[in-house]
Amino acid sequence: MADLRVEIAGVSFKNPVIPASGAFGFGHEYEKLYPLSKLGGISVKGMTLNQKDGNPPPRIAETPMGMLNSVGLQNPGIDYFLEKELPYLAGKETRIIANVAGSTVEDCVTMVKKIEGSAVDMIELNISCPNVKQGGAAFGTSCESAAGITAAVRKATTKPLMVKLSPNVTDITAIAKAVESEGADAVSLINTLLGMRIDINSRRPVLKNNVGGMSGPAVFPIAVRMVWQVANAVQIPVVGMGGISSAEDAIEMMMAGASAVQVGAAIFTDPYAPVKIIDGISSWLDCKGIASVKDIVGTVQPW
Amino acid sequence: MSYQQGQFPVISKANLAKNIFDLTILCPEIAANTKPGQFVHIRVPGHILRRPISIAGFDAIKGTIRIIYEIRGEGTQILADLKAGDMIDILGPLGNGYILPERERRCVVVGGGIGVPPLLPVAEHFGANATAILGFRSAQAAILEKDFEKAGAKTILCTDDGTLGQKGFVTNALEQLLLSECPDCICACGPLVMLKKVAEIAAAHSIPCQVSLEERMACGVGACLGCAVQIRREGKEQYLHVCKDGPVFYSEEVVF
Repeated sequence: MADLRVEIAGVSFKNPVIPASGAFGFGHEYEKLYPLSKLGGISVKGMTLNQKDGNPPPRIAETPMGMLNSVGLQNPGIDYFLEKELPYLAGKETRIIANVAGSTVEDCVTMVKKIEGSAVDMIELNISCPNVKQGGAAFGTSCESAAGITAAVRKATTKPLMVKLSPNVTDITAIAKAVESEGADAVSLINTLLGMRIDINSRRPVLKNNVGGMSGPAVFPIAVRMVWQVANAVQIPVVGMGGISSAEDAIEMMMAGASAVQVGAAIFTDPYAPVKIIDGISSWLDCKGIASVKDIVGTVQPW
Repeated sequence: MSYQQGQFPVISKANLAKNIFDLTILCPEIAANTKPGQFVHIRVPGHILRRPISIAGFDAIKGTIRIIYEIRGEGTQILADLKAGDMIDILGPLGNGYILPERERRCVVVGGGIGVPPLLPVAEHFGANATAILGFRSAQAAILEKDFEKAGAKTILCTDDGTLGQKGFVTNALEQLLLSECPDCICACGPLVMLKKVAEIAAAHSIPCQVSLEERMACGVGACLGCAVQIRREGKEQYLHVCKDGPVFYSEEVVF
């Protein structure tokens, strides 16, 4: 049996597969199908300082081999998470990544201070949500603001800090280098790509928010390219995501330079996707006689 | 709430009306756990999102469920090609069904078009104490009238063009019925405009009313928060979710 363990920013994961933020809630819904302990970790639903209602419906649209969402960070707030969700999750023998998505720098700082001392294993600072008016991608689309919020949050927490990057930028490597220079321990990418669909009969956008974040297999090649570019530009670990729906996709993403992967939209198609991907990676490694999954990271040989 | 996902065989298929199909699927554990008003989330080959389809019948002894759906788009078009012997990928049963009082009570079910099927298990629960007001575009589009009669329900049919039953909307028939009868509850499923009117009529008569809502859905289990609907509960309006909090809500809570 191949060794599936990976380490990111000093945190050891039993395997490199993590359900992505927003696709897995706080885990309850999928624990009815399989034990959460099978997962390398869980990136929980993106949270804000205070409870947030989210955007008006419709929030979901299907696209060719993909989907749009404009949920808009509906969440119960960080205090609710720490009091009601975390104690339950902390006993599940998997790593807990708290996805923090404040609308101001101050909110993010307050949130990570609240998380300090909790059972959270890692913070994923979300500077890339395309569906909220304040904060979100506004932080992640310029080097200055990305560096500024990373520096402020870095000072406020001793937890390992991963910054989740937006693909809706001209040069994602510049943003990655900016957050690395301000003390990020890892980066995760890509968040969703901004998209839009229109109902031609009503001439109305399908989403009430008009635009939304695109995910699913259709975005996978873009994600692989961006992970490859970023992994070649920074020294810190990269967690790759965007359209991964099979073990082969996960292996490809790791060869591009990802030390671990997150799985999102694939869970909606097949709720067992994360578990099948873990098993598939293991079988593939055994078949190839590769001792450790770490041995495939960044091993693509570019022409 | 207990659900599962798996591949299950289609036992039989029927074509009930133009573009409306009726599948019976062998899935014993799902059948044993289903309540009236719940739904299944069906994977469509080549598509990312599953399609939520209400459960029109369940038989714990035979281990089967019945789903009835209309071709509305690409997904249901593909599902329309399924035939007996094919396997279908189902996640379910999902959602909360109708909260049904004991069968000795009197219930009126009000269904419009493809909203009719999930009301059949409700009518079966109440048997002769059920009245079914079922509305369709025309006689050609009518489905399940015999099934409701077989369940023992007094059945009132309405069509937009008058080719079957009364000419006019189910809501007119409901108002007419309530002039002489006072049921203990109303259960409705159909287009939003119909549900809104049913809710108003129920409120005017102080009859508890439950409506089954639809919204564009992704996960189906309450994780992604995609299928939001505005609900007035505990004194404030909030976004709850069709898949986990619904699909059935008390109509007085729904912000139409």
